[in-house]
Amino acid sequence: MLDKIKDFASEFFVTGDPLVLGAQVSIGLSIVAIIFALTFFKKWKWLWTEWLTSVDHKKIGIMYIIASILMLFRGGVDALLMRVQLAAPQLDFLHAEHYNQIFTTHGVIMILFMAMPLMFGLFNIVVPLQIGARDVAFPFLNSLSFWMFFFGAMLFNVSFVIGGSPDAGWLAYPPLSELSGSPGLGQDFYIWGIQISGIGSLATGINFIVTILKMRAPGMKLMQMPMFVWSVLSSCITIIFAFPILTVTLFLLFLDRYLGAHFFTLDGGGNPMMYINLIWMWGHPEVYIVVLPAFGIFSEVVSAFSKKKLFGYKSMVFALMSISFFSFFTWAHHFFTMGSGADVNAFFAITTMLIAIPTGVKVFNWLFTMYRGRITFSTPMMWAVAFIPCFVVGGMTGVMLSVAPADFQFHNSYFLIAHFHQVLIGGVVFGYFAGLYYWWPKMFGFRLHEGIGKWAFWFWNIGFYVCFMPQYALGLMGMTRRVNAYDFDMGWQPLNVVSTVGAFLMGLAFIFQVWQIAHSIKFYKKEKDGDAWDGRTLEWSIPSPAPLYNFARLPRVTSQDDWWERKQRRAKGEPEEPLAPLEPIHMPKNSGIPFIMSVCWFTAGFGFVWDWKWMIVLGLAGVIACMLARSFSYDTDYYIPVDEIERTEAALRGTK
Amino acid sequence: MRPYIRIMTPVVLLLMALTLSGCGEQFIVLDPKGPIGEAQKDLIYITTLLCAVIIVPVLILSAIIIWRYRDRPGSKASYKPEWEHSTKLEVIWWGIPIVIILILGGITIKYTYDLEPSKPIASEKEPITIQVTSLDWKWLFKYPEEGIATVNYIKIPEDVPVKFQLTSDTAMNSFWIPQLGGQIYTMSGMAMTLFLQADEPGTYYGSGANFNGKDFAKMTFEVDATSESDYKAWIEEVKGTSPALTLAGYEELTEPGSSDTMMFSSFPEGLFDQVVRQYVNGDGGAHQHHGGAASEPAGHEDEAAAEDGGEESHSDHNAGNHAGH
Repeated sequence: MLDKIKDFASEFFVTGDPLVLGAQVSIGLSIVAIIFALTFFKKWKWLWTEWLTSVDHKKIGIMYIIASILMLFRGGVDALLMRVQLAAPQLDFLHAEHYNQIFTTHGVIMILFMAMPLMFGLFNIVVPLQIGARDVAFPFLNSLSFWMFFFGAMLFNVSFVIGGSPDAGWLAYPPLSELSGSPGLGQDFYIWGIQISGIGSLATGINFIVTILKMRAPGMKLMQMPMFVWSVLSSCITIIFAFPILTVTLFLLFLDRYLGAHFFTLDGGGNPMMYINLIWMWGHPEVYIVVLPAFGIFSEVVSAFSKKKLFGYKSMVFALMSISFFSFFTWAHHFFTMGSGADVNAFFAITTMLIAIPTGVKVFNWLFTMYRGRITFSTPMMWAVAFIPCFVVGGMTGVMLSVAPADFQFHNSYFLIAHFHQVLIGGVVFGYFAGLYYWWPKMFGFRLHEGIGKWAFWFWNIGFYVCFMPQYALGLMGMTRRVNAYDFDMGWQPLNVVSTVGAFLMGLAFIFQVWQIAHSIKFYKKEKDGDAWDGRTLEWSIPSPAPLYNFARLPRVTSQDDWWERKQRRAKGEPEEPLAPLEPIHMPKNSGIPFIMSVCWFTAGFGFVWDWKWMIVLGLAGVIACMLARSFSYDTDYYIPVDEIERTEAALRGTK
Repeated sequence: MRPYIRIMTPVVLLLMALTLSGCGEQFIVLDPKGPIGEAQKDLIYITTLLCAVIIVPVLILSAIIIWRYRDRPGSKASYKPEWEHSTKLEVIWWGIPIVIILILGGITIKYTYDLEPSKPIASEKEPITIQVTSLDWKWLFKYPEEGIATVNYIKIPEDVPVKFQLTSDTAMNSFWIPQLGGQIYTMSGMAMTLFLQADEPGTYYGSGANFNGKDFAKMTFEVDATSESDYKAWIEEVKGTSPALTLAGYEELTEPGSSDTMMFSSFPEGLFDQVVRQYVNGDGGAHQHHGGAASEPAGHEDEAAAEDGGEESHSDHNAGNHAGH
């Protein structure tokens, strides 16, 4: 009996690696510590009623952001481990298997479990407030999306200590990712982790499209929406067309692995190249899904900190929408070297270059928003300003990569690595940081310490260039991605050392940010009015943090930058519209079903990974039970009475 | 001052990278030794220049705007908070990128057809053929005309076009000799064609550029370009001194593991073709034609041609392949 348990444990847990053992111990200890703290401070009920069951978009947004910052930490540690391994030739710090697992999880985590949730967090917090809504269109679904993401991410992460991490690259090309190439469980964790969270992403896409189209405050025309809302709309449209491709592709790979199908295998009529096409038909739009909202954030921040209207609003909208459209016609540029022939390569080279046009126009429009403005350099604006040169250079190397015959020399080299990190860090991460710093006072009701934030900013920026500029050069020196070791005589070491130093500077920057948050909480100073940056859009017209119902009275919108215009009129002493009487506010009730249903999905996914039939049945039965429970629950909403609104408003606005 | 430094950093670093590249021998992509690599290098320079035409002014303009319109007491710069549209300006910055992309697109299309990997290199000399098979985790090279095979090592005569036929007997990889020219995937069930040529003698670095599992990083090989007489002497030497590669020996090579350089005096007839066609079971499903580089007929008949020693049929088949593009 004891031997059986021992055997099982040695198969169940990843063993024999000191790094993993350390992680196992620290994960175990943190879980114990969290459980102890929650019990000791009697916070279980609070956790359940205030957070786990919440359907409030603001709380869901905050949970998304917390999860994504944890994932940024894990993905960042992965990156630093890789950089240490590459700092010297033939170093034996990470073995090949371990290195392969780390670059695979680094990629998956950073794109799917860091960038995506950080983006969804900002969607959740900002969009309803900017369009003058009280919640998203489907609050229950919103909560379900979050928990599906969360448990998908956990299922993926747990593979590090249980069963083994995937190691076939972040897009898991077959046949390497088939049973023949990856007989271990890591690839199954990959499939189910992404699959479960992917359903959540698709639901979020639908949710926000409906929210934006149907829930805008009275009077707000589409062409008066803040640019961030437009960028969310374009991103969500891209999501609903792209994510089903991912779901189907991974499902087919699952059938290959689980039922012995032959969609992408070498034998039996399968075609691995089909997978590569399909995964990039999702994968390329995916990068635009994450970068478009960053464009929206820059538009908001640049306009607010230049004290000037956004330049070329119509151009900006057109550019966003055309990028979203063209993103579906460029996927083959990820494999010009597959030898599809000159016709195909020429087509995809041209479509890729076309995207540079609207992107370039956006840069000009941001520049001319600043032109004849009054620019102040608070931290959000610093990130936005840093973004421009970084993204312009990253975009330029992207155009260079799109030239198909030249790509034969860049493909899979460090030149490519440097390029996509430059657009993803310089574009997406800088953008989301700008957004996070900009809307932080709105989320939490206090400001972040500017001084420490500037330190973090400079470490991030200098670290970025020190890390990635040498990688362009390494690519031209013939260094290919995903190598875990290289020979002395290649001459790659000096630049690799520089790059590693840069990576650690960014690691320090992250520590500065953690310190910044901790320091700002310690010296908590409540925001007095909700308008932290003298903002232009509706979210700044309400107190920080926003009350449960956001707007006591739904605003009547008459123009773009409505809150700015209202402030201008107020300053001129023009009479304001008389306040309408308060009415009871219709709100959704909290629900535990999304959390429980996602736990059931996790259970089913875990069962599929290990092929434990009882667990699969249990999990799926739980999912169905949750669906039934939801279908038959009629008591899902309530009204906030007028006197409660009055009390809340009076407390929030002080004297009023 | 800070915005300036910030903005100039990437520019300076990029310029540094580029200027360094001009003189450093280590920048092998920019130090090509063959016509394909040379054309690709030219193309890289042309595109860099064209892109720079746009981005350098943009970077300078950003620096000026950010500096001039920063908020400071007594700023004399104009402030027009409501100025949000100018058709003239917007036409300019929709127009300039469109023009640049049109030029770049034209150049790209031209080069895409010129540098199509399966297009033979114009030369008075007959190309030699090397059949490349990527394995876990080593490269097998077969010289069908000479009847020898090597592992992780290629010798080629200078100034003679080399026709590489590429396949894989495992996960996909990518065959890359940066100084001779860009890479093409090796995929199982397919035979791709890549023409390269070395213009001068030397030893060139080659690698597998696409991740294919555990010891992927060990899939490097050397390419020696020598005079034709040295090349012929080497062939004779390998034939005289090395063991033969048997089918059992090949099976052993396909076992996962890295390998040192190896030489074989002969290899089983039609082995490359067998590897390419191993998944065809009569239903034809395993063989998806991939664009131009049609595999079965080319692979098969080239093999036959090699048996006959008939060299002239090669180029005909290539022409056939091209028609398929």
